[in-house]
Amino acid sequence: MTTPPAQIQEAIVELRGVNKWFDAFHVLRDIDLTVGRGEKVVVCGPSGSGKSTMIRCINRLEEHQEGDIIVDGTALVADMRAIEEIRRRVGMVFQSFNLFPHLSVIENLTLGPILVNEMPQDEAEAEAMSLLKRVRIPDQAWKYPGQLSGGQQQRVAIARALMLKPKVMLFDEPTSALDPEMINEVLDVMIELADDGMTMICVTHEMGFARKVADLVVFMDDGEIVEAAAPEPFFDQPENERTKLFLSQILH
Amino acid sequence: MTVANTISRAEVGASPRRPPPAQESGAVHWLKKNLFSSPFNTAMTLLALWALFVTLPDVIAWAFLDAIWRTDDPAACRAAAGACWAVITEKHRVILFGTFPYEEHWRGTLAIVAIVGMAIISAFKRFWSAWLFGAWLAAIGIVLVLLLGGVFGLTPTGTHQWGGLPLTLLMFVGTVVGGMPAAVLLALGRRSSLPAIKALCVGFIEVVRGVPLITVLFMASLMFPLFMPEGMTIDKFLRAQIGMILFFAAYAAEIVRGGLQAIPRGQYEAADALGLSYRQKTGRIILPQALKIVLPALMNDIIRAFKNTTFVSIIGLFDVLGATATALEDPRWVLYAQEAYIFIFVLYFAFCYSMSKYSEHIERDLSKGRNL
Repeated sequence: MTTPPAQIQEAIVELRGVNKWFDAFHVLRDIDLTVGRGEKVVVCGPSGSGKSTMIRCINRLEEHQEGDIIVDGTALVADMRAIEEIRRRVGMVFQSFNLFPHLSVIENLTLGPILVNEMPQDEAEAEAMSLLKRVRIPDQAWKYPGQLSGGQQQRVAIARALMLKPKVMLFDEPTSALDPEMINEVLDVMIELADDGMTMICVTHEMGFARKVADLVVFMDDGEIVEAAAPEPFFDQPENERTKLFLSQILH
Repeated sequence: MTVANTISRAEVGASPRRPPPAQESGAVHWLKKNLFSSPFNTAMTLLALWALFVTLPDVIAWAFLDAIWRTDDPAACRAAAGACWAVITEKHRVILFGTFPYEEHWRGTLAIVAIVGMAIISAFKRFWSAWLFGAWLAAIGIVLVLLLGGVFGLTPTGTHQWGGLPLTLLMFVGTVVGGMPAAVLLALGRRSSLPAIKALCVGFIEVVRGVPLITVLFMASLMFPLFMPEGMTIDKFLRAQIGMILFFAAYAAEIVRGGLQAIPRGQYEAADALGLSYRQKTGRIILPQALKIVLPALMNDIIRAFKNTTFVSIIGLFDVLGATATALEDPRWVLYAQEAYIFIFVLYFAFCYSMSKYSEHIERDLSKGRNL
């Protein structure tokens, strides 16, 4: 658990009474979640529980039908301007990396700032190199994503998301598509990011990571939030039977 | 911890890395492997050799040994047993430039050089950019100046005087340069979430794909003027060009759509998550990947567009094939249509085969390296 910053606590992401349906199927039911600035929330749950859908609603990759989502003071409404504005403040890392295969690593990084913030190219490249150093792959800058390992690609994806200086980072199962020996190199980068004070919402089953960095662990099942607690009580004394069952299945 | 009665075991350790075992090579090996690998293959090889043995001497004698290469007198050809290639040396100006004024043929030659030169430049991947498209527009502008005249002291020559290879090449290039952007817009429109735009694009594509090219050209040349206000006419070449563009665009749009569909959802989502606008996402992320995927199929359509230019002779424009037919109306040379059409065959084959080979090359080139 990281120590809360000294400044006044404020919410940066708020979901209030969020409901969503895929056709007739009710995927998100009455989701209420508040994330404080600089805090880290880990979301876990069985597949199909709605956890990915929930964080994808936060930057409008999915549209919710009921309830309010407020990001950094701006409400998510069906207005393309507001949506693009929020997307610039929210970085996202995907399970399948989703790097742009036709662009080199450094172009993947600089594309966003150059197009979105009209940053000059040399400035964007300098920024990109410093971020690539931070994720420990500056020597891969001129390669193409297809030439990198999964772990390296995911670190590039994290750097790409950081290029726009987001206020919140969303991680959608960032290590699930990785070979086991590459999981830690990605988690290490995420832990450093957490230590630097980034607000993070992370869907993951890496319980060691959750214990180490989370301020709040949220367990979802069947479209609802079943349990939410700080890591220690969550892992040591889960209250709900479904949480206990889930933890027994993934913790062995 | 050995279990008493298992027979499973493994040897630990290996020799150092070494090169692969040597492979048989050489001419004899190649012959054996490719021509005489089985009794059936051996029989087919012998049969083919026999067929060549029977026909080849006659073909060589007709095309080369007994041929007349150069004469201005058809009687010399009639006396000879071989091909009369003299019809081409005599008539090449008409075949290549149609009814374009004789003393202005240098302008047609420059137009051919400009278009072929641009095509060669475009073949190099390092020149691929928005600039190349601009360069093509500029090249077309220069070709139009050369062919139309009327400026820089050039004698004005109307489109009704155009003909031959410059007309074929300009019609072809105009079709591709005008048709590709239209195809991309149609393909994007067909996937649009706006119902009106989608319906319009689907309707256009299906209607144009549903009729033969000749119909489109007849519509453009005969029907279209009927709908124009009194006194207003659109040039026949331009009408045919628009017809060719629409026809090409409808087919190419479906190919581009295939490429758009092949792009994984994650690419759209990653672009969205960065806050890119629709235009930025489409122009920088989606289209470059989609067009690379469908390039071989597009090349196929482009080659077809080249051959389709021959249809314009039906509505009275003299492309290189139409101009050849005109050249052969000369009664002195009418007997030697065969030789003239063999020349046209070789000409078309040279253009189409080089595009086809290029398409093969670029397909190999794009499929390696970058994980596309």
